[in-house]
Amino acid sequence: MSVLNLGIKPGSRSGLRPVWEEPPTRAGLATKGVTLALVCLAVLFPVWVVVVTSLSSVRTITETGGLVVIPRGVTFLHYQELLSGGQVSRAALVSVGVTVVGTLFSMVVSVLCAYGLSRPGSVLHRPILLVVVATMFFGAGLIPTYLVVQGLGLTDSYLSLILPSALNVFNILVLRAFFMGTAQELIESARIDGAGDLRILWRIVMPLSRAVIAVITLFYAVGYWSAWFNASIYLSDPDMMPLQNVMQQLVIKQQRPSGLGQAITTGHLSPLAIQMAVMVLALLPVAVLSPFVQRHFRQGMLTGAVKG
Amino acid sequence: MAHTTAGARGATDEKAPDPPGRPPRSRASRAARACGAREAGGRVPLRHRLRRDRVLLLMVLPALLLLLVFTYVPLIGNVVAFQDYDPYIADNAFQAMSQSPWIGFEHFRHMAEDRLFWQAVRNTFAIFAIQLTLFFPVPVLLALFVNSFVRPRVRAVAQAILYLPHFFSWVLVITVFQQMFGGAGLVAQVLRDHGHDGFDLMTDPGLFKFLVTFEMVWKDAGWGVIVFLAALAAVSPELYEAAAMDGANRWRRMWHIQLPALRPVVALLLVLQVGNALTVGFEQILLQRAAVGPSASEVLDTYVWNTGLDNGNFGYGAAIGIVKGVFGLLMVLAANKAAHLMGEQGVYKR
Repeated sequence: MSVLNLGIKPGSRSGLRPVWEEPPTRAGLATKGVTLALVCLAVLFPVWVVVVTSLSSVRTITETGGLVVIPRGVTFLHYQELLSGGQVSRAALVSVGVTVVGTLFSMVVSVLCAYGLSRPGSVLHRPILLVVVATMFFGAGLIPTYLVVQGLGLTDSYLSLILPSALNVFNILVLRAFFMGTAQELIESARIDGAGDLRILWRIVMPLSRAVIAVITLFYAVGYWSAWFNASIYLSDPDMMPLQNVMQQLVIKQQRPSGLGQAITTGHLSPLAIQMAVMVLALLPVAVLSPFVQRHFRQGMLTGAVKG
Repeated sequence: MAHTTAGARGATDEKAPDPPGRPPRSRASRAARACGAREAGGRVPLRHRLRRDRVLLLMVLPALLLLLVFTYVPLIGNVVAFQDYDPYIADNAFQAMSQSPWIGFEHFRHMAEDRLFWQAVRNTFAIFAIQLTLFFPVPVLLALFVNSFVRPRVRAVAQAILYLPHFFSWVLVITVFQQMFGGAGLVAQVLRDHGHDGFDLMTDPGLFKFLVTFEMVWKDAGWGVIVFLAALAAVSPELYEAAAMDGANRWRRMWHIQLPALRPVVALLLVLQVGNALTVGFEQILLQRAAVGPSASEVLDTYVWNTGLDNGNFGYGAAIGIVKGVFGLLMVLAANKAAHLMGEQGVYKR
């Protein structure tokens, strides 16, 4: 092995295989490639069908006899109808509102708690940590939680979609583990310069933990966006329902969207394309945002497991 | 006592002597605190430490309040399991709780002879067993597979695609499955176009337990890869090289290096899985309960929902919840013990 090629096999296509590794056979590479493509297709194909059908015209859907695999023209008709007021627009707004407010609330409370428990030797931090971590081993159960939420008068209020599920203790432990890893010298020098704990958190610890904060924010946001059960037990007014609940009614229970029944009966709109459009609305924000945070997932997943 | 309050605000009325070894207030004291004062906490009286760390305590307070109200108070709310709880006896759940008559262990006695309860127990364990055999190994195999690709670009794209369904809601996953395998789904559509009978996986009670496992694989198997990939990345390349020098081919390297590297992670996840055996996808199953009927789909969690919230028998529902919680905790402890006996670390250390 010469000094120049640094253990990289000359002529290897990727230049990433070490010299000692036996060169892969053509057949082996092909099998692997095809398998990976099939695995990815298993994820992407259903999503593709849903998106294409939602963008198809009523005629295309009638001609193909249902779901559309190969697109024949693109129309945004069904999205226009859904988003120009009515049940689905309202539900989407509710979901966006609950997700934004809820995520902000969860993050503020979690970050404060994680920092408050992250200073070594601070008073009472051990018993408090015990109280927090203990909740990972038991849940109070569905019925008593429901009774407490009802007893506090939170039913039929959006607070019931945020407060009972605002905290995830695992997320707090991940944040705490990260905060504890912040260089102590930085924190100490800031303290000598007269910074209080809030300023240290805001100006030093949080900027240094951007990656993990991005991951945890995504986790909380996805949690709020995907939540369906709490709304189904705490809310009774159909006008207050978030998008997931409306999607359940329209697609799983096959109900017609209120207000669009006329257009469906006359053949102006396709009920199938409307269902698919609602599904696309539900998956779009998640599919767009999560890849941006992807490279930080590993940190976010593992730190808590190691130090928690 | 005012050494943490900067400035003159509290300075004039403080008469208590400074604790030993600590310089007077002002910036100098902040510096002193920064340099290890918290570590010396044991020697400073509690009062002073409370005062010193009051900002930290205030920061923890909102989270503590939320946990108190929505986890610890409901824990006490489990008393309804020993009551003939009547939600209509008063306007408010707390008042109803205090006015409902006590019936001791009546609900628990009823549980023993409740056919539907035992059916839910059987379904829960059946689904757990299927998940353990058909779901659990998939992320391990996928991780070994993804790890065998050397190009970073290929791996990054594959991971992005594999992680995606984890972020889909259960409502979305089930609607997607419905569009593929339901009565009006793509598979049935293609079959009909070619003159075959249609088929509907979504309403088949016999296949339901496999269906939920299949859905779980689609949604979360890709996400499960992360942990195993991290464990594989931690393996020293020298190990592979030495093995290759000794004549081990890639399959033997996988068997003797990669699988042992994954062992502790697998053990940990197995412990968590067994500990969670009684919780087998509540939302997922509840969403499909109507389509296949309760006899195939009722698990403990959905039975609690059904008796307690749907039929209004809150006391009985809470009693089932307690039984589930206690056995769940026992199973975590037992699984952890087993992991220790096998020489693995488990969730917590001995």
